[in-house]
Amino acid sequence: MSGTMNTDEAIVLAPARGAFDQDWRKLVNWGLICALALIFVSLTDMPDKLDKRVIVEPLLSMGYLSLIWIPIALGNLVTREVVLEGMTQHKKGLRELVAGVSVGAIGGAGLALLIWLLDTRDLSDPLVNWNDALLEVLSFGEGVGYGAIFWILASAGLGLVGGALHLLPTIANRLLFAISLTIVLTASLESALDDISEGFRLEWLFEALFEKKGGLSVQGAIILAVFAIAWVLVLGGQAKRGRAAVAARRELSPMKVNTVGLALIAVAAVVLPMFLGRLTNDLLTNVGLFLLLALGLNIVVGLAGILDLGYVAFFAVGGYTAAIMTSPSSPGLSPELPWWVAIFVVVFMAIVAGLFIGAPVIRMRGDYLAIVTLGFGEIIRLTVRSDWASGFTGGAQGILSIPGADIVGVATVQGTDPQQVLYLVIGFVAIAIYVSWRLENSRIGRAWMAVREDESVAEAMGINTVNSKLQAFVVGAILASFSGAIFAAKVGSVFESSFKILVSIVILVIVIVGGMGRIAGVAAGALVLVGILGGPNQPGLLAEFSEFKLLIYGALLIWMMLKRPEGLIPNVRRSRELHQEEFLQDAWLKAQANDDDDEAASGEVAPA
Amino acid sequence: MRSKAAPRTGVDWFLTFLRVLLSGLVLFGLVAFLWQQIDPGNPLASAINPDANRLSWDAFQGLVISGLSQGAMYGLIALGYSMVYGVLGFINFAHGEVFMVGAMTGMITSNKLFEAGVWEDNFLLAILITVLVSVICSTVTAVVTERIAYRPLRGSPRLIPLITSIGVSFFIQNTSAVLLGPGAKSYPRLPDWLRDDIGIGPFDIEGKKLLVLVVAGVSMGALWYLVERTKTGKAMRAVAEDKEIASLMGIDVDRTIVTTFAVGGAMAGVAGILWGILFGSVTEFTGFLPGIKAFSAAVVGGIGNLGGAMAGGLTLGSSESLAPQLVLEPLGVTGHTQLKDAVAFLVLIFVLLVKPTGLFGERLSAEDRA
Repeated sequence: MSGTMNTDEAIVLAPARGAFDQDWRKLVNWGLICALALIFVSLTDMPDKLDKRVIVEPLLSMGYLSLIWIPIALGNLVTREVVLEGMTQHKKGLRELVAGVSVGAIGGAGLALLIWLLDTRDLSDPLVNWNDALLEVLSFGEGVGYGAIFWILASAGLGLVGGALHLLPTIANRLLFAISLTIVLTASLESALDDISEGFRLEWLFEALFEKKGGLSVQGAIILAVFAIAWVLVLGGQAKRGRAAVAARRELSPMKVNTVGLALIAVAAVVLPMFLGRLTNDLLTNVGLFLLLALGLNIVVGLAGILDLGYVAFFAVGGYTAAIMTSPSSPGLSPELPWWVAIFVVVFMAIVAGLFIGAPVIRMRGDYLAIVTLGFGEIIRLTVRSDWASGFTGGAQGILSIPGADIVGVATVQGTDPQQVLYLVIGFVAIAIYVSWRLENSRIGRAWMAVREDESVAEAMGINTVNSKLQAFVVGAILASFSGAIFAAKVGSVFESSFKILVSIVILVIVIVGGMGRIAGVAAGALVLVGILGGPNQPGLLAEFSEFKLLIYGALLIWMMLKRPEGLIPNVRRSRELHQEEFLQDAWLKAQANDDDDEAASGEVAPA
Repeated sequence: MRSKAAPRTGVDWFLTFLRVLLSGLVLFGLVAFLWQQIDPGNPLASAINPDANRLSWDAFQGLVISGLSQGAMYGLIALGYSMVYGVLGFINFAHGEVFMVGAMTGMITSNKLFEAGVWEDNFLLAILITVLVSVICSTVTAVVTERIAYRPLRGSPRLIPLITSIGVSFFIQNTSAVLLGPGAKSYPRLPDWLRDDIGIGPFDIEGKKLLVLVVAGVSMGALWYLVERTKTGKAMRAVAEDKEIASLMGIDVDRTIVTTFAVGGAMAGVAGILWGILFGSVTEFTGFLPGIKAFSAAVVGGIGNLGGAMAGGLTLGSSESLAPQLVLEPLGVTGHTQLKDAVAFLVLIFVLLVKPTGLFGERLSAEDRA
């Protein structure tokens, strides 16, 4: 599709193939995948448990959304072709529709089979969600036959929609995408929007969009759709032109950032918390804490290329050091320092921990390093929990009654007041972003990237690889320990159970989904994942998803690594590294096009 | 990895210090322990931990046996890590989850058989069916994982499939929690002859632990035969050595890799049943720690080295079970059994610091060694 846009010579489209000129085996395979996916999602009980979360009041809930996207996506993907140069590209036509319908119908038949089995068999012994509630949701309470026929037809119809997306012009596809994204996103943000609209006295707008009992109203959805269309057709073009202008300016001075945008974000960060309610402030605090962690891991993984799976260890070091230093009820040592003094001790401990964990692992192969750091993370948690260290750390009882954060005697941030904690978090996030940004473009940042790309070459270029990796480790450790110290002051207590390996993995997912090595990407990742789905122990906006969020994280991680390893908002250099082969291939193709002599090129260059 | 001529930096000194410190602590603990067994009132032992108890022979052999039986299980899982690392050069983090799938399906099957009465009437038949079902499920999980998540990534940087496998591990873990419900689920009660002690020479071994050791030994023998004596095994070794040349020799590399995953999955399935027999219950997190420990065992034994994986498993299992008593208690660490898992990781770190190629030498192709 994109090929038609940017190449000089227009690709000639061959006439559409016949509607029944299909690769039937492929269709059946995809149909079976569709059926399996539908059955899997049904058995996870998403349709039932998420049914209460309404998107558009009488029409659609998250529960049904978890099913209907599958036939659409698969019906679309089944006829998607990667068009390489020199291949014939056919016009899209009936063939795509037939393929979509068949995939959807087979998928629907699978779901119908499940409905029938739900009615006749009892498999509730191993499968906990095998119950009447699921049957009720799937068959709309109208009986097995109705449900079965409905899903076969509906799924075929959705597959048809998926196939039809190929026939629509690009602009229509973009419009549809924008509309559905706007509606689903707005519905997901419902409780936050409720909170924000109160702060800004915009209740009338909220009431216009949402129903009282939850979910968008039909007219609200229409308003949003109109807004999305306007955005794509009018404002989107403006933004694109703006971006092009910025890109042009970057060409001239690569170090300059968009100061206007930064200033806007800064003003928003200062002003916004005043207008937000408790819920949103608390939510953003969690996002900020994880953003702080993710920014640190971004330096370690994204810039220096060290896969640290025990990153939570530094979070724990920060949390426990702050707790021991400030809490009056800390069991062993209890100096009861003010928080801002304790933060210096925290930094010191983070440096010590970073060096101590970093030094032994820094020479190891990248994958050994991952497992050993994971081991260190567990060792620290297990030690903190054990009786041996409980004289200092309180063991499984943890450390309680940590006072809030005291800032140079000027102000005291109460952990119970989300707005104050949010300001504290924003302050530290700002520091972290500034540090990350300055480091990335500095000598040491370039050294990190060189080490990431090829260690032996970096060493040959005169970079002390051991030292630069250790520096990355320590900087990452300090940022994580800040997060830990704020976490301790916010919650008022620390327990070892807050520092499980799970936290490390969730931070890794944030960094990878957002975009390794790119600050904006990491921020977007933290905002979307922690804000909407929730952190490892913290609920997000979609509280109904708490049971499924880890499952979704796992699936996201796999999908991102397979399809888009550079993340949603990628770092340009990083993405070039990851797609090196494609870049080489492009260069090769270009060289071929320039080269008139066909046979010389085909023999010589073998793509690596 | 590094040339000998490289100057010693601060990091090197620190590492040397760490090596000496760790070895010293282990040695010191062992000496204090041994001396205490001979003479409880000796100055060395009583100076550090006057409360340390003498270890009776019964308690000692109990620790050894449970360490070995757990170690044999780690060894079986470690084979999968080792083989995949040998062939593809990346850590299949999700292998622990394959093991968990084996233990989970074993739990489901054995409970169904128990309800049908087969478990009590004809235990051997029941356990045979259970093992069969688990092995099939684990194998299928391993092969499907390879097909979906790892094959498209072949040839990408080493960390990419590792991160993917973390995702797979996470996904399987939570799939189990969502489909089968979270929390511990128990196996049916074992027959009495597996719960009684059986005397072999100076040792009294609980029947189930003996069973675990025997099954692990038999599986290991079968695997050795497969890898060293059959054509499939030859193909596997060839692919581990050099994929490109192996394919030039007419070996179907894709199929061999699938076979490797399948064999590793089958071993993990067997290990899963052994877990069920040893501990009697399984949760969705069952695969996580044993999986990482098994990887440690593979590294301890020398990755890519199958005999080494088993030996590494036994080493890790027994040190995990003995070290708290032998090393930590004389050093005055209270509540040392809580640190059992930490000991396993410390063994890994210690081995990687002192002998990074493992106790029995790693067997990798030149490109993976880099």
